[in-house]
Amino acid sequence: MQTLNKMAQGALVAAMGLAFSVSALAADITGAGATFPYAVYTKWAEAYQTATGNKVNYQGIGSSGGVKQIKAKTVDFAGSDAPVPEADLDALKLIQVPTVMGGVTIVMNVPGITSGKLKLDGVTAANIFRGAITKWNDPAIAKLNPGMALPDMAITVAHRSDGSGTTYAFTNYLAKQSADFKRDVGAGNTVNWPANALGGKGNPGVAANVQKIKGTIGYVDIADAMKNKMSFVALKNKAGNYIVPNQDAVADAAAGANFKVKGMAPDLLDQSHKNAWPITSATYMLAYEKGSDAAKQKGVIDFFTWSLNNGQKMAEELGFVALPPSVVKMVEAEMKNIK
Amino acid sequence: MSEPSTVSGLDLQAVQIRKFRLQDQLFHLVTQLFAVLLLAALLGILISLALEAWPSIKEFGLPFLWTNVWSVPDDKFGALAAIYGTVVTSVLALLFAVPVSFGIAFYLTESCPPWLRRPLGTAIELLAGIPSIVYGIWGLFIFAPLFSDHIQPPLQALLGDVPIIGGWFSGPPIGVGILTASIVLAMMVIPFIASVMRDVFDTVPHVLKESAYGIGCTKWEVMRNIVLPYTRVGVIGGIMLGLGRALGETMAVTFVIGNANRINGSLFAPGTSIASTLANEFGEADPGLHIASLFELGLVLFVITFVVLAISRWLISRSMGSEGL
Repeated sequence: MQTLNKMAQGALVAAMGLAFSVSALAADITGAGATFPYAVYTKWAEAYQTATGNKVNYQGIGSSGGVKQIKAKTVDFAGSDAPVPEADLDALKLIQVPTVMGGVTIVMNVPGITSGKLKLDGVTAANIFRGAITKWNDPAIAKLNPGMALPDMAITVAHRSDGSGTTYAFTNYLAKQSADFKRDVGAGNTVNWPANALGGKGNPGVAANVQKIKGTIGYVDIADAMKNKMSFVALKNKAGNYIVPNQDAVADAAAGANFKVKGMAPDLLDQSHKNAWPITSATYMLAYEKGSDAAKQKGVIDFFTWSLNNGQKMAEELGFVALPPSVVKMVEAEMKNIK
Repeated sequence: MSEPSTVSGLDLQAVQIRKFRLQDQLFHLVTQLFAVLLLAALLGILISLALEAWPSIKEFGLPFLWTNVWSVPDDKFGALAAIYGTVVTSVLALLFAVPVSFGIAFYLTESCPPWLRRPLGTAIELLAGIPSIVYGIWGLFIFAPLFSDHIQPPLQALLGDVPIIGGWFSGPPIGVGILTASIVLAMMVIPFIASVMRDVFDTVPHVLKESAYGIGCTKWEVMRNIVLPYTRVGVIGGIMLGLGRALGETMAVTFVIGNANRINGSLFAPGTSIASTLANEFGEADPGLHIASLFELGLVLFVITFVVLAISRWLISRSMGSEGL
């Protein structure tokens, strides 16, 4: 009896030890927030699990939902497209780092005008998207495109009907360019588009509307624009060059930005690098400065360290733009503050 | 327990009866619990909607229902555009769907050759089972381009200059909008209405129909004077089922309605509905008034559906009353 008891005790201890070591090895972590990086986070999580055996679960519930969850301490990390202001980071004791970037492109469907040929500057684009310019042969457009045969055709504005980080970046850029746009339309996830503007659900919805309807102009992220072989507008950047969007131009925008600020969220819109794509944005990860569960805190650092070093290609295949190596180093340094 | 021999037959019966009664009571209680569960869920939904919507109810009050503004940047919300879109698309969808469904049911029950009846009936049921997002994708990618190229321009040419009606068909023919949403909705509710109508038409006793045919009635006369009066309740029920589905339809409408939070007199113009606004904006809604207003929209849809149900109940009870049933 005695020996049996001992054996049972031994087994119990062994089982506990096993259970403990398993949980220490695989600190499964949970994150929630922005829908924009959902595709790349889940892709990273899958590859990360294959490589290390640790599970990461990310739920795309929306940026504001993610911030709400991390405030309520129900998740290990949160995703947000809109950076949390420095003061709030201090008050909430949160660490914020960028994880991946994206670019928003202006696309169009105008018979007779091929991709990349039509030039627009920020103010003209803002006037089109607030409904002040209603015809493709408007003098303001003609002035930027001397010699181009512009059709006498009504402009239909196509936009996202669902609240989205794409709209957030795009309207913030246009609002910077034009006070009228800021007043009439506003800037945010969901804004007041002009009458008769056409809302499509998701980037694919906007892409479909632009491709099916003649005379349309819209905005989608680079990934969807390329996948659907859409016609781009060349947009004038701060340096005065007309840029046709691609992933390199987005990376160039980040190259010129100063990430050495609390929260690591410099404004990436309208950067002054000569090749910078003007409508560039990053998405952010938020974690606790001091967490209650050390294993999970380490899990968050491990996951993002692994992803930033091994996941660039996966991100680019999905149409995102990886952070430049110099910024990755800074993110790694900043993540040391997650304890 | 006493000896079996001392228990009389009467006692045994009494025990048996008591057992049955207990079983019955238990069964009654369990089923009652299920029914109460349903009521509790309904009430719970209503209460939680109202609670979540409270900030918006407090801020905007009753005028929320007839204010035509939906501005997230300014935190100003009113439901009129969404209510307008919901009601107009649903009513138009019924206008298209009811005659077609009636025709289908009429054909299936009265003049269809027997070998075709079963495959046609199955086809209708299959259509009813297609997920709504498939209708949405079909509407956006296949139907909307066809509609804008081949149907909208001739419609505009034909009716554009007619006073009043012309305004309904004005604006650029972009393919998506209120009218497209109504047509796609009609496609979606036709299988429901048609299969209910077919089923109730089938319940008409053959004796009644045969005697009408016997005195020389045409098919239409039999339908008009025998089948329809006999099945009025079921037909109204079927139409209301379709209306209920049209009011709450979300994904398909989101794809083809154009999603503009505005009221435009033209049926070609983009609009919005309650369900599509919820589907669009809930995901990234800002905490505070925006999310509360979305909850209030949900509450409004709840009330609209409730009113529709109440009206259909009233119609049914009235028609039953007039028949003395």
